[in-house]
Amino acid sequence: MKALRRFLDKQKPHFEDGGKFARFHSMFDSMETLFFVPDKVTTSGAHIRDAIDMKRTMITVFIALMPALLFGMWNIGYQHFTSYGQAPGNWNMFLYGLLKMLPLIIVSYVVGLGLEIMFAQIRHHDVNEGFFVTGILIPMIVPPDIPLWQLALAVAFAVVFGKEVFGGTGMNVLNPALLARAFLFFAYPVAISGDRVWIADKADAFSGATPLGDALVGNFDHIPSFYNMFMGFIPGSNGETSTLMILIGAAVLIITGIGNWRIMLSVVVGGIVMGLLFNWWGANEYMKLPAYYHLVMGGFAFGAVFMATDPVTAAQTKKGMYYYGFLIGMIAVLIRVFNPAYPEGMMLAILLMNVFAPLIDHIVVDANIKHRLKRMKLAIK
Amino acid sequence: MQEVFNIFIKSIFIDNMVFAYFLGMCSYLAVSKTVKTSVGLGVAVIFVLGITVPVDYLLNDYVLKAGALAWLDPAFASADLSFLSFIIFIAVIASMVQLVEMVVEKFSPSLYSSLGIFLPLIAVNCAILGGSLFMQERDYQSLAQATSFGVGSGVGWFLAIVGIAAIREKIRYSNVPPALRGLGITFILTGLMGIAFMSFLGIKL
Repeated sequence: MKALRRFLDKQKPHFEDGGKFARFHSMFDSMETLFFVPDKVTTSGAHIRDAIDMKRTMITVFIALMPALLFGMWNIGYQHFTSYGQAPGNWNMFLYGLLKMLPLIIVSYVVGLGLEIMFAQIRHHDVNEGFFVTGILIPMIVPPDIPLWQLALAVAFAVVFGKEVFGGTGMNVLNPALLARAFLFFAYPVAISGDRVWIADKADAFSGATPLGDALVGNFDHIPSFYNMFMGFIPGSNGETSTLMILIGAAVLIITGIGNWRIMLSVVVGGIVMGLLFNWWGANEYMKLPAYYHLVMGGFAFGAVFMATDPVTAAQTKKGMYYYGFLIGMIAVLIRVFNPAYPEGMMLAILLMNVFAPLIDHIVVDANIKHRLKRMKLAIK
Repeated sequence: MQEVFNIFIKSIFIDNMVFAYFLGMCSYLAVSKTVKTSVGLGVAVIFVLGITVPVDYLLNDYVLKAGALAWLDPAFASADLSFLSFIIFIAVIASMVQLVEMVVEKFSPSLYSSLGIFLPLIAVNCAILGGSLFMQERDYQSLAQATSFGVGSGVGWFLAIVGIAAIREKIRYSNVPPALRGLGITFILTGLMGIAFMSFLGIKL
């Protein structure tokens, strides 16, 4: 650590005003603050001192994502070897998944950070840490066997049109990771949807459909048991399979106060309410699927914990958060059951509510103003 | 009854005027700066669509369609006035807009002044004419269906403009590149919102 500090101190003058690399100041700054707490302090005016800044926030989310990511790597290997009827041991399974995931993660970070640094240089703002989390989220929600150029294109689209045109981290309207996923979904439907794409290199005889794909085409006998889906021994994108690992992440987020429990809770409630409504209606097999199954299938849990709670794109008011989450849960289940074109509704439900989150906030704030005006008038009387 | 309800839901979400057909973009882009004015314009569009589509439906059914005039005299059974539909539809729309304008001016002068030129411009809002032409093309079977389609399209347009107005109020604090400020970023936003609305594409009702 000391050697690193010395090295950075030695390089620092080059990157400051007048140095030969002054243009790359923001890049250096981002690398330095990755390892050390920034020593810059405000000098005037009112300010709040807190150890937590954006970088620590993002790293906490990153840590919360780790259980799901590592389990997902193991699961990719597990699914692969099971489809061939082999059992080479946990370590080999993990290694196989790691080798599958690593290229995705590298491409996502290189493309995303590259664009981010370019924008930072041109627009003279610092490199934000926002992409630190987005860059790991994207590989976790795409199929592991996606062509790398498609992934690169999607990341570029999400970073440029989802985030940088609004001025960078914290100013976007839609969640960039979800935007990348939606871009892939609509631009390359054959590569990303279909019911058998999720497992890398599977044997032909093995049916590799995800539970949602099975449900969509009516193979209700094929849906794995609740236990298997909860633990995550099912085909699916890297991050989304294991509800247990996601719950560990959720615990980290809630305890540190970074993820919002209001949103998570209301998403789950919304999903269950809609599921129960469908159970009660019961017009077809899919509607009769127990409501709690929806919570462990597909990306529901992952979306509820890591996507819907994105503090930038979610509703900002406390009351608004309940409405926002509830509607996400309802619409996600609704799309799953009603829309034959898409097996998974979570991603699109969150995107849709991202669009309407500012409106929800506006309504909540407006209602509060009216409420208080009324109270004031009563008091004056 | 079921069919009427389905048409209503469908015209709001699945065949949304703005995000599925990109109709009525001019006033959508120009008036969506604040939520308040866009609510006013959105309600006006719901009102105008809700009136013009059923009126045009009746006109289409009893005057314009091939053989529609048969109720007057059996000799007219071969008459086909559908080449007049554009003119008639526009005339109906223009007179309805005049009506809305008078009502708004009477009851809410502040809304009237904030909507400004865009209120008379509803007359040339393509979403309105589009509503009547879709009604003709899709061949709705009853007045109730046409009305629910008209009101539903209006509600869909209302949702779109209010949604983007709230976003535009929010991104006032964003650091948008100077070249994209104003209309540019609104176009990008509309495209992104269109992606989100694609979630309903493919639902069969």
